[in-house]
Amino acid sequence: MSTILEVNKVVKKYGDFVALNEVSLTVPKGSIYGLLGPNGAGKTSLIRIINQITMPDSGEIILDGEKLSPKHIQNIGYLPEERGLYKTMKVGEQCLYLAQMKGLSKAEAKKQLEYWFERLEIQGWWNKKIQELSKGMAQKVQFVVCVLHKPKLLIFDEPFSGFDPVNANVIKDEILELQKQGSTIIFSTHRMESVEELCDHIALIHKSNKLIEGKLDDVKRQFRTNSFEVGILSDNVEGLMYDITQKFKMGQTNFKSLNNELKLEIQLGNATPNELLNILVQRGQVTHFMEKIPSVADIFIQSVTENSKI
Amino acid sequence: MSIISLIIKREFIAKVRNKSFIVMTFLSPLLFVGIAAFVGYLSTMKADTKPIAIHDETGLFANEFLSLNKKDAEYRYSDLTLIDINFLKDSITKENYEGLIYIPKVSNNKDLENKIQFISNESPSLSFIENVQDIIGRKLTKENFNKAHLDTLAIKNAESKVVVNLAKASGEKSLKGLNEIKIAIGGAFGYLIMMFIIIYGNMVMRSVIEEKTNRIVEIIISSVKPFQLMMGKIIGTSLAGLLQFFIWAILGFLFMIVASTFLGIDASPTAKIPPSVIKEVHQEFGGMAQMYVRELWGLPIFTILFSFVIYFIGGYFLYSSFYASIGAAVDSETDSQQFLLPIIMPLVLAVYIGFFTVINDPHGTIATVFSMIPLTSPIVMLMRIPFGVPWWQIAVSVTILFGTFFFVVWFAAKIYRVGILMYGKKPTWKEMYKWLKY
Repeated sequence: MSTILEVNKVVKKYGDFVALNEVSLTVPKGSIYGLLGPNGAGKTSLIRIINQITMPDSGEIILDGEKLSPKHIQNIGYLPEERGLYKTMKVGEQCLYLAQMKGLSKAEAKKQLEYWFERLEIQGWWNKKIQELSKGMAQKVQFVVCVLHKPKLLIFDEPFSGFDPVNANVIKDEILELQKQGSTIIFSTHRMESVEELCDHIALIHKSNKLIEGKLDDVKRQFRTNSFEVGILSDNVEGLMYDITQKFKMGQTNFKSLNNELKLEIQLGNATPNELLNILVQRGQVTHFMEKIPSVADIFIQSVTENSKI
Repeated sequence: MSIISLIIKREFIAKVRNKSFIVMTFLSPLLFVGIAAFVGYLSTMKADTKPIAIHDETGLFANEFLSLNKKDAEYRYSDLTLIDINFLKDSITKENYEGLIYIPKVSNNKDLENKIQFISNESPSLSFIENVQDIIGRKLTKENFNKAHLDTLAIKNAESKVVVNLAKASGEKSLKGLNEIKIAIGGAFGYLIMMFIIIYGNMVMRSVIEEKTNRIVEIIISSVKPFQLMMGKIIGTSLAGLLQFFIWAILGFLFMIVASTFLGIDASPTAKIPPSVIKEVHQEFGGMAQMYVRELWGLPIFTILFSFVIYFIGGYFLYSSFYASIGAAVDSETDSQQFLLPIIMPLVLAVYIGFFTVINDPHGTIATVFSMIPLTSPIVMLMRIPFGVPWWQIAVSVTILFGTFFFVVWFAAKIYRVGILMYGKKPTWKEMYKWLKY
């Protein structure tokens, strides 16, 4: 998989405050790349630099093999976290204006707009002013503005905020469709469940530094603790407990199930799952046996708290 | 279409379509004419007659005042010499008199010079007191002449009054009162520039604040450079301003045509006067009017209009870059007040210099210097131009103005660039200085 965006040791300072400290990222072409980090970590600063809203103090950005320059504006679509459109301008005029700013001709912009308005079922809004629309409706317009010049790289900052579940799903499907058509998506959000659902790569920025980067699965592997969730129906609970604690660390856990079984989380250490299973099957009926995979939220919280002293 | 022209177009359309623009363009000339008519009407209204009491123990002056009593005079004088002065002093205001002129009995007329009093509750107008002093002074002088047995008639005949006629070096006869017309024209244009700068500068600022509070600025800045956005905004808004100015110019022109037609009809009542008189009046009056018209045409009208446009553009560009950077620095219009004061001050200063210094000495050092300083030159120079300014001075002043503009725009763009992405902070001057170095 080739790279679409390479961020190379980027530094950004505001006065004495370091917003980005030699941050490097590699975004593979065609991926959905989750850019994570607590508030104030430096995500927005980085996104602004990629959008050429501000310039880095040092370091460089390579987009599709070329050093980032003003002509690449056309190749990037940006949906900022703080949404905004001209309130008194009509939807159609506004979209045309913003599309032309991205380098589209008026005719081409109109064609694309018609396509997207139809796709999102907002044809009737062309002559409405933004101030007549609800927040969610305005968000839809903004989404169209962001994608209509068919950029290679899309940057979404909290794309689902302000949408009801139905429309959030519509937008999610559109994002997946755009990925299918070859766009790369950088996705900055605090909603970890959407990261789990959509992203194949993630990076975690904390206090101006990059902590983690990589394929989501690889990152998860890195954070796995080799512990298993076990559900077991046993007549002799005390004996079972005794057998397990002889060899493994054990704790209570909870997961959804329809049986009234004993739910345990067992740390395997260097042992293999089969060693544990052998013990379990002798003592009762195993109803559930699954590796506990760290969630993105777990990874997020764990790395941020571990590194909070940086 | 290049991006900057797109921005200019959008700003222009947004301004022109705005209801307040349409209202201001067509309503304010009406308002202006209305106010002028109202002021004119007020000045023709008669003020109430104010009764003034006179207690004249010398008996010399009362008649001088009483002779002034006419039907529509502003003051009506009554001689109350017979009433005791102490009683008068106490009761004068109760009796609805405006005031009391008290002239005490003195042995020597010389002593009168500083013994006369005017007693009233409210302080009288300056012109009234000057008038009273004048009447008493004249009478006293006459009395002194009489006492010295001088022939007052001979003295009066011997007094001479000189009128200096103005003429240009080129030999044409010049007219008095023309200076007033010149300053009125220069002043009107200078004032117009100030109004335009403040109104349109504010518009630029408001539109920057609007983009900032809307947060659309982030989308736009990801497509264009902040400098382009700022310039597009300033140029687009200035075009709207120029359009408004041209509409006003056309309306003014139409108004002049209508007004002169009406004045032509107005001349008909003269028909009852014998033809010979009319001819005479016409020759004299018509000759005068023709001369005024010729003088007015002789004014550098083209230079005035041309430099109005140049100075409007230069001054407006300069000031609106300040306005734009202020708009970028603040979050709302209420926060902008502290930064606006230093901008409005030089404008007000320029208008004052125009009205006080240029009128007295259009080519003096102060007027010349301030017509070179870029912050005041658009106004001061425009006020000087009707008096005839050497072209090289205009050239230097315009060059300095535009040079400063480019410097200020560079500086404003830096504040603008940082400011538009700063939210929630009310910046200080110190902080804005720091932004220059980002």
